[in-house]
Amino acid sequence: MHEMSIALSVIDAVVDKARQEGGVRITGIELVVGRLAGVQTESLRFCFDAATRDTVAEGAELTIEEREGWGRCEACGAEFPVSSYYAKCPSCGLFRVRIDSGEELAVRSITIE
Amino acid sequence: MCDTCGCSGDGGAVLRKPGVTGYHVHVGDEGSHHHYHEHHHDHEHHHHDHGEARKVQVEQDVLLQNNMLAERNRGWFEARHVLALNFLSSPGSGKTSILEKTIPMIQEQCPVTVIEGDQQTTNDADRIDALGVPVIQVNTGTGCHLDAQMVQRAVRELDPPERSLLCIENVGNLVCPALFDLGEAAKVVVISVTEGEDKPLKYPTMFHHADVVLLNKNDLLPYVDFDVARCREYAMQVNHHLEWIELSARTGEGFDEWIAWLKTKLAAL
Repeated sequence: MHEMSIALSVIDAVVDKARQEGGVRITGIELVVGRLAGVQTESLRFCFDAATRDTVAEGAELTIEEREGWGRCEACGAEFPVSSYYAKCPSCGLFRVRIDSGEELAVRSITIE
Repeated sequence: MCDTCGCSGDGGAVLRKPGVTGYHVHVGDEGSHHHYHEHHHDHEHHHHDHGEARKVQVEQDVLLQNNMLAERNRGWFEARHVLALNFLSSPGSGKTSILEKTIPMIQEQCPVTVIEGDQQTTNDADRIDALGVPVIQVNTGTGCHLDAQMVQRAVRELDPPERSLLCIENVGNLVCPALFDLGEAAKVVVISVTEGEDKPLKYPTMFHHADVVLLNKNDLLPYVDFDVARCREYAMQVNHHLEWIELSARTGEGFDEWIAWLKTKLAAL
């Protein structure tokens, strides 16, 4: 259950940022989570409430944008969407995919008061 | 609560040394991590109108703090010519047994130190301690993985010598440790022939980030239905840059190839 660590890392990042910006309360947090990031968004939501308790982000609304994975075949150069690291190239059928996107795990924005 | 000193450890990681009763260090005692008990008196008050909501772009990697600490560890290892390897597997695949076999074979060429990660007990560290090499146990408590801060703290206690091998045995878990860079030079993933050959497909994130796979317990192949070729093929489909070594920590079979791999890495320091 590394989602709790992830949730705590999110809180660390946003609390610092809110303080720098002079906010006293965080009412919204927007995350970008790629399909290949290795994070279950449901578990992350589950941990979020516990992680925000007694912080300036308590009660903040969590918005998660899940981003598709995108890969490129190192053999033939074709680009195609991927939903896991076990990805077969639709043009040449080889499993030599290089992941170009979908591993994102980032805080995009926060809403502060 | 810490079961040694009774202080509130918040379930955080604790370092221990085999045979040193009473030695324990709470990771994060310096207070650099997880300040999530905010006090509502903000001393660095900026002059913004509170009460009015506004959106602030952050665009920051969630694991930035871990990744930056990992890079610090990596820089420290490189400057000291320390080869740091992160050993990962399911519980019971034989990480500690592989270390027990490896250390005596490499020790005369270069000093070895070990960081052992487990939720509880110093059992694995005790086994390494019996070999006479410096070892630190990190008990992660409820944590399911080592992180860069735990390793940084353990390294400070362990103080690995120049031109040495540092083996970091992660918590037995093929899921969570895949996400946490520790600053290692390479990730060594161990699987054993008593597991399912589809492990690389079930835990693709781990195999995707691995550098080398050690297939352990291959002395048991006559007794189990494990298709080595298929397992290897699955692993390569998830990560076609993977190196692959088959061995047995019990019989020592395959260790010549594994030790050669280590020596090549050590020579490149």
